[in-house]
Amino acid sequence: MTTVSSTVAAVRPGEESAAGRVRKRLTSRTASLAAIVIAVLWTTPTFGLFLSSLRPEDQIKSTGWWTFFSDPQITLENYQEVLFGTSSSSGQMASFLVNSLVITIPSVLFPLAFAAFAAYALAWVPFRGRNWVYIGIFALQVVPLQMSLVPLLSFFSEGVSVFGTQILPAWNLEGPARFAQVWFAHTCFALPLGVFLLHNFMSELPGELMEAARVDGATHGVVFRRLVLPLVAPALATFGIFQFLWVWNDLLVALIFAGGTADSAPMTVRLAQMAGTRGNEWQRLTAGAFVSLVIPLVVFLSMQRYFVRGLLAGSVKG
Amino acid sequence: MSLLSRPVRAALIAGSMSLALVATGCGSSDPKAPAADGGDSASAECAPFAQFGKHEGKKVSIYSPIRDKEADLFQETWAPFEKCTGMKITYEGTGEFEAQIQVRTDGGNPPDLAFFPQPGLLERFAKAGKLKPAPAEVKKLTEQNWSADWAKYGTVDGTFYAAPLGASVKSFVWYSPKMFAEKGWTVPTTWDELMTLSNTIAGTGVKPWCAGIESGEATGWPATDWIEDILLRELGPEEYDNWVAHKLPFNDPKVVAAVDKVGSILKNDKFVNGGYGPVKSISSTAFQEGGVPITEGKCALHRQASFYANFWPEGTKVAEDGDVFAFYLPGNDPSKKPVLGAGEFVGAFADRPEVQAVQAYLATGDYANARMKLGTYVSANKGVDIANAQNPIDKLSIEMLQDPNTIFRFDGSDLMPAAVGAGTFWKGMTDWINGKDTKTVLDYIEASWPKS
Amino acid sequence: MNLDFDFAAEQPKLVQLLLGVVAFCAVVALLLLLLDRAPMRQRARLHATILLAPALILLAIGLIVPAVRTTLLSFMNGDGSRWVGLDNYLWMFTQPEAVTVLRNTLVWVALVPILVTSVGLLYAVVVDRTRFESIAKSLVFLPMAISFVGAGIIWKFVYAYRPEGSDQIGLLNQIVVALGGTPQQWLLEPPLNTLFLIVVMVWIQAGFATVVLSAAIKGIPAEIVEAARLDGASPVQMFFQVTLPCIRSAVVVVLVTQSIGTLKLFDIVRTMTGGQFDTSVIANEMYNQAFRYGETGKGAALAVFLFVLVTPIVVYQIRQRREAAR
Repeated sequence: MTTVSSTVAAVRPGEESAAGRVRKRLTSRTASLAAIVIAVLWTTPTFGLFLSSLRPEDQIKSTGWWTFFSDPQITLENYQEVLFGTSSSSGQMASFLVNSLVITIPSVLFPLAFAAFAAYALAWVPFRGRNWVYIGIFALQVVPLQMSLVPLLSFFSEGVSVFGTQILPAWNLEGPARFAQVWFAHTCFALPLGVFLLHNFMSELPGELMEAARVDGATHGVVFRRLVLPLVAPALATFGIFQFLWVWNDLLVALIFAGGTADSAPMTVRLAQMAGTRGNEWQRLTAGAFVSLVIPLVVFLSMQRYFVRGLLAGSVKG
Repeated sequence: MSLLSRPVRAALIAGSMSLALVATGCGSSDPKAPAADGGDSASAECAPFAQFGKHEGKKVSIYSPIRDKEADLFQETWAPFEKCTGMKITYEGTGEFEAQIQVRTDGGNPPDLAFFPQPGLLERFAKAGKLKPAPAEVKKLTEQNWSADWAKYGTVDGTFYAAPLGASVKSFVWYSPKMFAEKGWTVPTTWDELMTLSNTIAGTGVKPWCAGIESGEATGWPATDWIEDILLRELGPEEYDNWVAHKLPFNDPKVVAAVDKVGSILKNDKFVNGGYGPVKSISSTAFQEGGVPITEGKCALHRQASFYANFWPEGTKVAEDGDVFAFYLPGNDPSKKPVLGAGEFVGAFADRPEVQAVQAYLATGDYANARMKLGTYVSANKGVDIANAQNPIDKLSIEMLQDPNTIFRFDGSDLMPAAVGAGTFWKGMTDWINGKDTKTVLDYIEASWPKS
Repeated sequence: MNLDFDFAAEQPKLVQLLLGVVAFCAVVALLLLLLDRAPMRQRARLHATILLAPALILLAIGLIVPAVRTTLLSFMNGDGSRWVGLDNYLWMFTQPEAVTVLRNTLVWVALVPILVTSVGLLYAVVVDRTRFESIAKSLVFLPMAISFVGAGIIWKFVYAYRPEGSDQIGLLNQIVVALGGTPQQWLLEPPLNTLFLIVVMVWIQAGFATVVLSAAIKGIPAEIVEAARLDGASPVQMFFQVTLPCIRSAVVVVLVTQSIGTLKLFDIVRTMTGGQFDTSVIANEMYNQAFRYGETGKGAALAVFLFVLVTPIVVYQIRQRREAAR
């Protein structure tokens, strides 16, 4: 910010003239420069990884990726190995990719809906103790995921019993039905953050709007569907994207609840397995990191216009 | 039936079929062995597995820290066993074995079998009553195929739980036979010779030793192997056992002396870290890359286990007359050759017949031989035929393991409580490399030993 | 190359996915139906129950029960077979490295949220309404899409060390050498190594802050911006007197989520240093104790301490709610 302020310091405020126009152009130029510098800084490590993933294994281990420019050597071998494998389990990556999608889609939808319902209730349905319910859900954000794995797993595999009486049976899921466990787990873990984020946006919606709708006789269901959801679309998109990324890149939950075979395990599990027993195959990890990056990036790019809808949400703010 | 060793059993089977058919293990298709017809050849293939019974449609799950290509080879090895017994083995390899097996067991969803790389971890599960004792047949096979030293590591409080599976030998120093021949150096057979050699090499301007102990969350383990190897030589096997069992304190003067002895190499700026820099660079060098400078002539000696054969850059010839090879890390007395090693143990969380059949199969020499034929593999199983070894270092390791005079001791950090063996010991040794003095580090590890 | 992809084998999974989506639609439809049927004016409690039920049930199973269990376990020994009172807490505060772990956690939680928010805010403001805005945001967002394992590899490359005189393979040391310095082992020397790890976290999370704050900035009503501009506010004045107050709640969201995320952080520390060289944090130590060492009680005690550390944030939220209610 200091560069910006020093550039404009010379210009007296309030002058809407040629000077003003110059100022505007200057600030936008310094701003652009700052933006470019940050973008370059932020991208360099990723770019280095990308170049590395295209270099032969012995080169990755002995020289820096920038030597590529003086001695360009490109190979697709790393990608070939990651995608199609050289082992008996070849050609399975496609299978793990399908698993990743099957795991991720419902694991984003469920928390999105449940968190939106809960956030709406906490923001706009007046009932006693709602502050405390909200604070409680908020505080649950800090429960470490690792601590939930054992109880949740025993909930699936042993059911619930109190003092020796079985209240809920074990799930005993086999085959593709195991995906349901993963959805369940991801939904549980996503709710506190989801409720917090969405509540924050929803509670900022103008109260008069809600009041007006209710005076017109709209039920909560109608208000929620017609009024609130469109207005908080950017927040939904934001939470949706982060939940998508979280689930897509998750290893811990998948390892426990989806297992490690092509039947139900996602790509992250497969990539971790390919690192080799003694972890020496990290040229594959560089390629693997890029393979798993493609889909989240596509999702982000296609969702970007929803973020801009924020303009719409803001315009109704009084 | 299962009591018979492999060659005897093979002969019996051949005899019972009244054919001069040589059963050379599973899935062999020796063109010289005439198969009367399709049915006969199928039963010939399956004959070695007849003793394990039929388990049509049954499933057995295996959980293991072994992944990637090595995992594929496992599956390839037992494919004929699966086919002939009719069962299906689901194998799952994970990089988070130690943590995940705990979670899955606590969550009431353990696998049927698990390959434990640490007897200490096995003991924890056995003591918690989660593991099933091994069936009598597996116990017999183990007694027959493995030395008492090995069988001991699968036994907890007098109950036998787990048969050993694969193995690795840790007491190796890697070197370049070519470089040695060129410079006229010879392989040392005592510690003094080793030090003399190190000084000679240092005199030529090359740092003789290179090392790397960086290994992500397991950083430090290669240094603990160093310490264990020297402790085993300095204290002797009995005192080593006492140290592992914490009957000899971690900061005992004898231990301090042994650690200092390792320090005379690892913390000596004249001797390390060839190709990488000063002493401290050891803790930031990945263990996979620790010995690589040998191939570049920047370092001459690297102490690491037999499996390091897999980490040499592509095209490096591993052989007695090749680019790299290994010699036994010598002690003070060349007549005593204790061997430090490691391996996996097959623990069972279920006792269904099909699970026990897999356990029994994995304890046979047939299994180990079949696995060896497919690729690099070392087992301490006495039933393995050394001719099946895929490379010279495997051969050397198996020779050492099978030698009845060998005193074998398991990697101590794998036997200790994990809080020490996979925690403060690793951490302490990393601090030690980074400059902390021996006594401080050993006091710290001693203090961290869990009080039961 | 083996490209054959057995579509038939994947079909059951896709059917399962379809079932999942159908179940999702059914649940949502059912809830909305219930909501519409319930009488509007009276009984807000009924409406709230319908809306909150799915979330609360899932939270109870997935988080509340585990939290209670963890608290109980923290008073028990390693395998949960015996009550040991406060032993685990005593251990936690008397072990020699506890202070280091605690100090590191505090450094993380003090620096990460502020750095992430500042970088994100700065970036969101400068790229706002520039021509290449969406590309620029995508580039900063990119690290968020990389898994922790990927990020670990990237930064191990950046910090890699080779001795003086030989070719550097790490970018940072290459730059140092090019500027005439001697290569450093960045991750070995406390306390600076913690800062180098924090850089990784900021690198990953800045995208989150940028996206959230950028959305908020776009939400500032155009009239306000225009009015300020007509009043002749300088860009700096604009930022502090218009932009910042208008997006205050989004800034709070970022600060809070980052604080909590940082408290729970363990992947970066674990993959990059394994908690060695005095870089361990509470969550990493907790994972080690509870899962790797089988010392469930000690791990649980550390987890409970994490709950305690988040109390200031919860108190802040309570204050916020009180003010909002007024």
